[in-house]
Amino acid sequence: MAESKVKLGVADVVAEKTIRHEDADPAPWGLDARLAVVGTEVSRVDGFAKASGAARYAGDQRPTGLAFARIVRCPHAHANVTRVDLDAVRTMPGVLAADETGGRRKTYAGAPVAVVCAADERSLDDAVAAVRVSYEVLPHVVDATEALAEGAAQVDPKRANRGDADGRGRGGGPAGDAQKALDEAELKVEATYRTQVQTHVPLEPHGSVATWSEDGKLTLWCSTQSVDAVRNEMARRFQVPAADVRVVTEFMGGGFGCKFGPDPCDYEAVRLARATKRPVWCMNDRREEHLTGGFRPDSVQKLTLGGRRDGTMTVIAGECYGTPGNGQGGAGAANTALYDIPARGVTQFGVSTFTAHGRAFRAPGHPQGVFALEGLVDEFALAAGMDPLDVRRLNDKHPVRRLEWPVGAKRIGWAQHRRKVPGSDRGPVKRGVGCAGGVWYNAGGGSWRIDVAVARDGSVVVRSGVQDIGTGTKTVLAVLVAEELGVAPGAVRVEIGDSRFPPGPGSGGSTTAPSVGPAAREAGVRAREGVAAVVAAAWGVDADKLSFAGGRVRGPGGKETTFEQACAQLPSEGLSVSGVRRKNYEGFSGTCGGVQFARVAVDVETGVVRVEKVVAVHDAGRIVDTLTARSQVNGGVIQGISYALFEEKRLDRASGDMVNPTFDTYRIAGMADTPEIDVVFMDVANGINNVGMMGLGEPATVPTAAAVANAVANATGVRMRELPMTPARVLAALAAARGGGK
Amino acid sequence: MGRTGHEGGGPPGLSRRELLRGAGLAAAAGATLLPAARALAADAPADLRVQGPDAVELTLTVNGAPRTVAAAPRDTLLDVLRLPLDLTGAKKVCDRGTCGACTVLLDGKPVYACSVLALDVAGRSVTTAEGVVGGAGRAVADAFVAKDAMQCGFCTPGMLVACAAAVAEHGPSLTLEQARAATAGNLCRCGTYPHVLEAALAAAKTAKGR
Repeated sequence: MAESKVKLGVADVVAEKTIRHEDADPAPWGLDARLAVVGTEVSRVDGFAKASGAARYAGDQRPTGLAFARIVRCPHAHANVTRVDLDAVRTMPGVLAADETGGRRKTYAGAPVAVVCAADERSLDDAVAAVRVSYEVLPHVVDATEALAEGAAQVDPKRANRGDADGRGRGGGPAGDAQKALDEAELKVEATYRTQVQTHVPLEPHGSVATWSEDGKLTLWCSTQSVDAVRNEMARRFQVPAADVRVVTEFMGGGFGCKFGPDPCDYEAVRLARATKRPVWCMNDRREEHLTGGFRPDSVQKLTLGGRRDGTMTVIAGECYGTPGNGQGGAGAANTALYDIPARGVTQFGVSTFTAHGRAFRAPGHPQGVFALEGLVDEFALAAGMDPLDVRRLNDKHPVRRLEWPVGAKRIGWAQHRRKVPGSDRGPVKRGVGCAGGVWYNAGGGSWRIDVAVARDGSVVVRSGVQDIGTGTKTVLAVLVAEELGVAPGAVRVEIGDSRFPPGPGSGGSTTAPSVGPAAREAGVRAREGVAAVVAAAWGVDADKLSFAGGRVRGPGGKETTFEQACAQLPSEGLSVSGVRRKNYEGFSGTCGGVQFARVAVDVETGVVRVEKVVAVHDAGRIVDTLTARSQVNGGVIQGISYALFEEKRLDRASGDMVNPTFDTYRIAGMADTPEIDVVFMDVANGINNVGMMGLGEPATVPTAAAVANAVANATGVRMRELPMTPARVLAALAAARGGGK
Repeated sequence: MGRTGHEGGGPPGLSRRELLRGAGLAAAAGATLLPAARALAADAPADLRVQGPDAVELTLTVNGAPRTVAAAPRDTLLDVLRLPLDLTGAKKVCDRGTCGACTVLLDGKPVYACSVLALDVAGRSVTTAEGVVGGAGRAVADAFVAKDAMQCGFCTPGMLVACAAAVAEHGPSLTLEQARAATAGNLCRCGTYPHVLEAALAAAKTAKGR
């Protein structure tokens, strides 16, 4: 083990810390690290392939003889399949296979019933249209509150729809004596906040192209957030050694948490490819994706926030539930995640309904929980007669977020734009500002390996089985290796998304980049040492006297050569080295703090909310590439606005089917809805791993909806406690407020 | 649409009413409709040009080169681009003209390829993202890379085509509002919009005036 003194911290909060680390692992970069590439704006290394359409995604693969498959799905929320007639279908032109799938009882609209495979898409259309299924339709319930009622149909006949209470909640466990704190509180605000079901709808749906070789080896191009998990699962399911399964995800069209394991379409592609002895394409269409591809559970959060008249928050308590669909877990709302409120007693439970399966969705539990928590904080501030920003600054103990509040306030113009009297703007368009905090937890981990090969011509290749779901993982790996070798990131070729390479982590929890980045840096160090050794031997100098920068290698006595020429000294096989992800160290901050401020304009005649500007101040430790990082924060903010204002999976109570499974009926934010977004990264030297990097994808979407809702309240004087804040809801809330004033 | 009625003289056992009833009944739609449509086509008068229901050959110009493909009447331009022509930059995302991921240029104007029938583009000129970057659109693609106007990249070729069309139309005078309007029909789930606008404006600055 080695010990290194590293300067950690942010702004003027600096501490020198001694970090014990493995000899092979370079010491974490401190505040004073002088870096050539890391922290600059680096263009995405696969950017041109994406822009030009040359990038081939799973559904773009065209192996010879490709056949097409589609799943026939149950139109009822709850039914027994009594008959599936496929005989006529099997004899239709072009049809290669038609099979029943899944069990007899179906518990959500969209459940697979049959699958058809044909030689071309038009034959497939005809064949799917000819499938006849008879059902015995059974009672169902698709709304969480209705599912709690006595006599409601049960998803699992052996257990109630109401899941076990979970006091742990998300993002902050129970603490203190909540009842006592409530009794002692000088001020209390109590309200019920509600959030909707949001579907992931990545533009690329779930799906795969599968092909089996004659000797029984499977190649699967799959749209997945975990190449490794899909390989292991397919090997298990189809009873072949994992070594005989190759999963490829070179490009991936978005997942946001819904693509960790195989979906029915992926399994069917593999099964049908084996059965028909042809490559098979099976991708969801948009409707299937909306119905079955995953969703963020809804929530009903009945909460009380209490504290002292001076604005100190002392207690949060209440009861929350939501539906994760067919299951019971994963519906918790992270409404205790911020401020480390001393007494916390929030009970959470999930409610089973006859809908598909909720899945992890970008910061699970957090946008909904923070929407409720930060709404209550504003209500508490109002009760205390204080500026809500002052209440936050008074209560917030997070070392980075404490610094972020004033940065955000200044950039949004809090003093100038905050309405002292909400709704007092002249005319129908009312403006205001609001803010909210966020948090995320992950600095990555695991023991992932990154391989780097340097050839005698100076070409550098980085290999890992990890996938890039759009965040820029390839670019991060290139930057970190380039930094250590002193070359341009564009000179580093990154080959990832292939299970032939060393396994990589699944892309979830904002852990991808911080899980593989430090290993890439270590591999870069090993590669530099390898090149330095041969150059030092040739020059007759100490290897540790060499420097690598600007594509050149320099040594004592004015010795200098290009990186390529230096590599020419390598043995004929070049250099193959690896880096390994080590355990995290105790960093400056164990969590990522973020704050967002929104300025909105609300037309009180139409109910339309427009977000005009968002300031997003975030900490993700060391930012490796500020350009792609800014893209991620933009995306988190825009998804948050979309969640706040537009999105809602609507289920027909009578049939249980989704009534808006299209982009014209399930609205997501578009170009016209996008405000000015001002992204600020706090330069935190965290030292939690050798790069000091943490996750960024999820924290960026945690505070947005809450900040927008708080801004709407400041603009109009009306508190919206239910998402999305549609024009109809805004008008209704305004009308209710006027009515209440009579 | 030409003749739609069919009163007598048709193939034995088939009347228009029966054909429509076949279509109305979901039952065995594929099995019933295709033979029926073939029968109607065979029965058409000599002065009426009938295409389909089976695939017919058509020639169009794709990215500057003439291409001949077989397409059924129900095939869209997007279908023939992605399969027989193997140009997969245009994505099938919604397949109903709501997302813009399949945007291509048809005779120089942006269209949703999912909402144009293949037979309607015979003799016309189609430029996909793959073709756009081979011409004046190269500067737009370079700006997309420089400004990081992409994340997962699935909407990106469609965005690129829409921006390239706007840059070609407005040149250096392209305004923010014009760029917004040009891409208002392109959805992105990752939230690349701000950088797309930056890229379009940057590319426009380097474009030649009209």
